[in-house]
Amino acid sequence: MHSSLWLSALIALPLLGALVAMLVRKMPGASYAVAVAVGAIEVVVSVIVAFLYSSHVANAGTFDFVSRHVVSAPLGLAYDVALDGLSLLMVVLTALVLLLSLLGGRDKRREPAFVSWLLILTGLTMGSFVSHDVLEFFIFFELTLVPCYFIISGWGGAERARAALKFFLYTFTASAFLLVGILYMGFAYQHQHPTLGLTFAYGALSTTTMSHSVAVWLFIGFALAFGAKAPIWPLHTWSPLTYAEAPTAGSIELSALLAKLGSYGLLRFAVGLLPLAQVSVRPYVLTLAVIGILYGSLLACVAKDLKRFVAYSSLAQMSFITLGVMSGSTIGVTGAVLLMFNHGIITIGFFLIIGFLERRRKSIQIADYTGLQGPAPVMSALFTVAMLASIGLPGLSGFISEYLILIGTFTTHAWWSAVAALGVLASAVYLLWAYQRVFHGRAEGANAEIADASSAERWVLVPVVVLIVVLGVFPKPVLDRITPSVHNFVTQVATAGAFK
Amino acid sequence: MIGATLALPSIHYLVILPLLIFFGASLFLLIASAMWRRTVPMVFSTGVTVAASIATLVVTYFQWRCLDKSGVSTSIAHAVVLDGFSVVATAVIAISVGLAALVAHDWAVRENVRGPEYQILALASSAGAILMTQANDLIVIFLGLEILSLGLYVLVAVDRRKGESAEASLKYFILGGFASAIFIYGAALLYGATGSTNLSTISYFLGSNVVLKPGLLVAGGALLLVGFAFKIAAIPFHMWSPDVYEGAPTPVTGFMASIVKVGAFAALIRVLISGLGTELATWRPILWVLIVLTTVIGATLAIPQRNAKRLLAYSSINHAGFILIGVWAGTARGSAATLFYLATYAPTVVATFAILTVMGGLGDERHSLESYRGLARRQPWLGASLAVLLLSQLGAPLTAGFYAKYSVLAAAIDANGVALALIALLSAAIAASFYLRWTVVLYAEPDDELDAARVVVPRATAIVIGAGVVLTLVFGVWPGPLVTLAQHATLYFTP
Repeated sequence: MHSSLWLSALIALPLLGALVAMLVRKMPGASYAVAVAVGAIEVVVSVIVAFLYSSHVANAGTFDFVSRHVVSAPLGLAYDVALDGLSLLMVVLTALVLLLSLLGGRDKRREPAFVSWLLILTGLTMGSFVSHDVLEFFIFFELTLVPCYFIISGWGGAERARAALKFFLYTFTASAFLLVGILYMGFAYQHQHPTLGLTFAYGALSTTTMSHSVAVWLFIGFALAFGAKAPIWPLHTWSPLTYAEAPTAGSIELSALLAKLGSYGLLRFAVGLLPLAQVSVRPYVLTLAVIGILYGSLLACVAKDLKRFVAYSSLAQMSFITLGVMSGSTIGVTGAVLLMFNHGIITIGFFLIIGFLERRRKSIQIADYTGLQGPAPVMSALFTVAMLASIGLPGLSGFISEYLILIGTFTTHAWWSAVAALGVLASAVYLLWAYQRVFHGRAEGANAEIADASSAERWVLVPVVVLIVVLGVFPKPVLDRITPSVHNFVTQVATAGAFK
Repeated sequence: MIGATLALPSIHYLVILPLLIFFGASLFLLIASAMWRRTVPMVFSTGVTVAASIATLVVTYFQWRCLDKSGVSTSIAHAVVLDGFSVVATAVIAISVGLAALVAHDWAVRENVRGPEYQILALASSAGAILMTQANDLIVIFLGLEILSLGLYVLVAVDRRKGESAEASLKYFILGGFASAIFIYGAALLYGATGSTNLSTISYFLGSNVVLKPGLLVAGGALLLVGFAFKIAAIPFHMWSPDVYEGAPTPVTGFMASIVKVGAFAALIRVLISGLGTELATWRPILWVLIVLTTVIGATLAIPQRNAKRLLAYSSINHAGFILIGVWAGTARGSAATLFYLATYAPTVVATFAILTVMGGLGDERHSLESYRGLARRQPWLGASLAVLLLSQLGAPLTAGFYAKYSVLAAAIDANGVALALIALLSAAIAASFYLRWTVVLYAEPDDELDAARVVVPRATAIVIGAGVVLTLVFGVWPGPLVTLAQHATLYFTP
C-alpha cells in the first residue's frame, strides 16, 4: 500500500497555492504564475498517483493510499482518504481542469482573488473525490459551493448574481436531503453496533442493516442531492443559466468537473451504500436518464447561445453516465466511469473554444457567428475533434465509453438501452447542425475578420486533443486500472442487494 | 427540608462566585460613579467589566476542577446547582459580556454617551443570565429572568436622545412584563400540581407518582414554555424582537442577542429535562411545532428585510429554532449540542453586531443593506470578516456554524426526528438566500452615488471582530475539543 501522503498532498497543494497567490497579490502577474505552477505540479502528482495506484492491496479491497484519522469522536468526524479505480480518473481530471482552465480561461479582473478561488475549489473537489468517509465527503462536497458561488457572482456575465444564487440554493437545498440521509445511516449503524462510537466510515456504513423501504427513502434523498448536481432531468433547470453566466473557467469547472461530483456521488454513495434499493428504484432512475438524454438533445438543437448549447448537450451526456451508473453491470459502470473522464475532457475543449470566440467577439449567440471555417481553420478543426468525440465517432474517446454504457445497460435493461441509443443519433444531429451554423457558410463583416487560434490557445487545446485520440485508440491501460475496482464494486452491490 | 427554614442554608461560595463577581462589579461601578467627583472615566468602567469577565472565566476553571474532583453539587437549599452545563454556560456568558463591553465602549465614545450606565446595567443583566444557568428552582429562574430583563429594558434605551430606542424599550418592557407574568403563573400552577418549585423535587415527584389529572401540570408547563419562547423569540412569540433589535443601540442588540439566548436556553433545558424529563412525551410535540414555525417562518420573513439589524433579528429567530432542536431531542447528545451551539453562536453574533456598530456610523443609523455595497472591495479585512461570520451563520462547512447545526441535527436524528431535521435543514436553505445576498453586496462593485467612505474600526472593536472570526474559524476547522467539552459538561445532567 502506498502512503496516503500523496492524496493529502493533492488536497493541500492547491489550498496552500491559494494562500501564496493571495500573499503575492501586490506583484502583477505573480498570483497567476503561482497558480499555473501549482496546477502543473498538481497534474504531475495526480499522474504519478495514477501510475502508482495498485488495485491489489491486502485488507483494503481495491483501495490504495488508505489512511484514517478520527478528528472528533463525538461528532463522528474523521479525515479518511483512499483511492480506487472509481476515483482514479476523477483525480487526474480535477488536476487537468485546474491547469487548463487557468491557461485557457485567464481572467485579468482581480486576478489574485480569481485564481485563489479556483485553487481552493480544486483542493475541495480533490478532497471530495478521495474521501473515504461519508461525512467527510459531504463536507468537501458542500464546501465546493462557496468558491463556485464567488467565482460565478464575482466574474460572471450580466445576470451573474441571479445565476449564482440559483445554483447555490438548488444544490444547498438538495444536499439537505443528503446530510439527513447520511446522519440517519450513521445512527442506524451506531444503534446496531452500540459498542462502537459514531462513525461514518464508508466501509462501516456499507454494512448497515436496514429495511427495504428505508433503503428506498434514503436512495431517493441521495439521488435528489446528486441528481441536482449531475444534473439529472428534471433537476437540471439551474444549469443552463449558470453555465451561460459563469466565466469560462467557471463553466469549465462546473460542467467538466463538479457535475461529475454528482454522478460520482450517485455511484459511490447511493448505489454503493444502498444496494437494497437498487432493484426497485433502478427502472425509475433509468427512465429519468433516458428522458434526460432525449430532452437534452432536443433542447441542444434549439439552444440560441453556445454555452446553453453545451449545457444541454452536457445534460444528455450526463444522463448517459447516469444510465451506466444505474445499469448494474460491470461493463456499464466501467463505461460510466470512463465517460465521466472523457466528457470532462471534451467539455473542456468546447468551453475553451467558446471562451476564445467570446474573447474575440464578446458574444456567445450562435446567430452572431457564421462561416468561421474560412478565417479560423485551426479553431474549427479543434472544435471538430471535440465534436466528433462527443458524437461518439469510433477511434475517439467518446465512442468507447458510450458503447460500453449501452451494451452494459442492454444486458440488464434492454429497452432503456434501445431508446437511449437514439441519443447517440440525436447528438450527431445537434452537434453537426451547430457546427454547420457557426463554422460553415460565408464569413462576412466581423466574422471574416476573426483571428484564428493563437499559438498559446492551440497549445492549451493540445492535451485535450491528445487525450481524446489516445483514449479513443488505446484505452486499455486506463481500463486495466479501473476494471478491478468496478468489478469488485458491482459484485458487492449485487450480492448485498440479493441476500441482505 | 422543613428544619432548614429556621437556619440559614449552607452556602458553597464557589458555586455562586461568578454571580457575586458580576453583581459586585455592577454595584462597585454604581457606588464609584456616585462617589467620583466627575463622571467615571469610560476606560475605568469598561476595564471593570472586562476584569469581571476575566475573573469569572478563571473562576469557571476552578469550578470545573472542583466538578472533576467531587462531582455535581447543589447549594443554598438546592436552589442553585454546580454542574458542567452551568460552568460552560457561565464561561460563554462571561466571554460574551467581555467582548460586548469592548464594542459598547467604542460605540459610547463615538456617540458621546458618556457615563458608566451601559456597563453597570450590562453587568447586572449578565448576573441574571448566570443565575439562570445555575438555577435549580423555578423561583430562582424567575429571579434570574427578571434581573436579566430589567437591565435589558433600560439598556435598550441607554441612548436617551433616540426616540426609537425609547419606543423599542417600552415595547420590550410591556411585552416582557407580560411574558414574565405568564412565566410566574406557570410556575405557580406547576407548584400546585407537584407541591414544589424545586426542579429536582418536581422531577422526583413526577417520577414516583402517577398524575391522574394532568391538567394543572400541562397548563403550568405550557405557560412556562410560553415565557421562555418569548425570551428566545420563538415564533409565534417573536413580535417584539425585530423592533427591539432595530431600535436598540447596535452594541446593545449584540449583547442582547448573545446573553439572553444563553441564559434562557440554559434555564429552558434545565426545566424541561431536569424538571419535566418524565413528561417528555407531552412537551416534545409542542416543541416540534414551535421549532417548525420558528425555523421556517423566521427564515422566510428575513428574506424581504432591507435593514441589516432587522434581518439579523429574523436570522436569530431561525437560530433559536435550531437551538431548540437540541432541547427537543431530550437526550445527553441533544443537551451537548445545544451547549455547543450556544458556545459558538454567542461570539459569532457579538462580532457580527460589532461590525454593524462600526458600519452604523455616527448616529448609528446606516443600517440598510445597500450601505454595505462594495465593503469588501474598500476594506477587504472588514468585508471578509463579515463574510466569514455570515457564512458561519449560514452553516457553511469549515466554520463553527456548520458543526453547531450538524450537532443539533445529529441529536434530532438520533432521537428519531428525521422529519424535523429535514424541515429545519430546508429552512437553512431558505436562510442561505439572504445571507448570500448580503455577502454578494459586500463583494459587489461600489456604487459611486453612495457615500462610500471608509469606516473607522476602533481598536477594541477590531479585537472583538478578530476574536469572533478566529473563534468561528478555529472551531470550524478543529471542533473536537469544544465538542468534547460540551459532551463532558452534559454528562451528569440528563437523566
